[in-house]
Amino acid sequence: MPAKGYIEVNELYCKACELCVTDCPYGVLALDMERLTSKGYHPAHMVQPEACTGCGICAVVCPDAAITVYRYERQKGEA
Amino acid sequence: MTLAEVPTRIVYSRPEVLDKRVTHYCPGCTHGVAHRLVAEVLEEMGEVENAIGVASVGCSVFIYNYFNIDFVEAAHGRAPAMATGIKRLLPDRTVFTYQGDGDLASIGMGEIVGAASRGEKITVIFLNNANYGMTGGQMAPTTLPGQKTTSSPYGKDAARFGKPFRIEDAYSGFDMGYLARGALVGAANINRAKKMIRKAFEKHMDNQGLCYVELLSPCPTNWNLAPLKAKDFLLEEMTKHFPLGEFKGGDAK
Repeated sequence: MPAKGYIEVNELYCKACELCVTDCPYGVLALDMERLTSKGYHPAHMVQPEACTGCGICAVVCPDAAITVYRYERQKGEA
Repeated sequence: MTLAEVPTRIVYSRPEVLDKRVTHYCPGCTHGVAHRLVAEVLEEMGEVENAIGVASVGCSVFIYNYFNIDFVEAAHGRAPAMATGIKRLLPDRTVFTYQGDGDLASIGMGEIVGAASRGEKITVIFLNNANYGMTGGQMAPTTLPGQKTTSSPYGKDAARFGKPFRIEDAYSGFDMGYLARGALVGAANINRAKKMIRKAFEKHMDNQGLCYVELLSPCPTNWNLAPLKAKDFLLEEMTKHFPLGEFKGGDAK
């Protein structure tokens, strides 16, 4: 099934608390252990973007309002 | 059609009432969630221009830096007294205080009880994390029995230092507009907490007396737990002593 949405993490705000990672019902997110933000945290990023439904739970639980949630606006019948 | 060509719409973004600067809160602390919920509710109600916040002393002492609304800083614990004065002089404004548990339940106990008994028409957002977060995690009136803090290293002895202070017991005799307790972990709890804050501000606009929302928050740094374990501790241990729900002014009357 194609992704229904995607998220953007503002790495200025992300503090790597992992609350979004565990609260995501579809296992889309993980911390990026290969990169550091300017504050020295491993930022959250999408590892399974195809599973994202754009439900927004990650943004609701994020304590630093770092996440913007987008949803694809497909017409009926489009893949 | 490739994915990049599909039109998108934003379903969730950072509220504009929140300032662009990064908060000083520790990772996993949900002060930020409480800030965001207050910001969203004020935005949805169109009260951004009309709102005056009163900041307390504690971890949330710099809250005025994080909101693009009018804010004043009160002396430690005296936010309800200051809010009383502001509301009496400017009765059309939405006046709220944002206090932690060291501020409200300990040093400012007299002010909040006074404001509640007078039925002041203010909203109180009370963030309970069961210790004095800013000064290094000392024992507070809201600390759970047996909980280890820097000033109770062997665990809090309830026989000596008392049981956790519960607002709904203490204020049961007062005529209040709204009294509820929510938690700031998990999407369902956070959405419920947002509804409570919204209801408190709505009842505040109707001048129904003191509206009070307590929000349970984890304090990973001072509880010595990782953010995810702190979340579990809150849901398993803290809610035993601080049951969630509406106590006054809710729908289920």
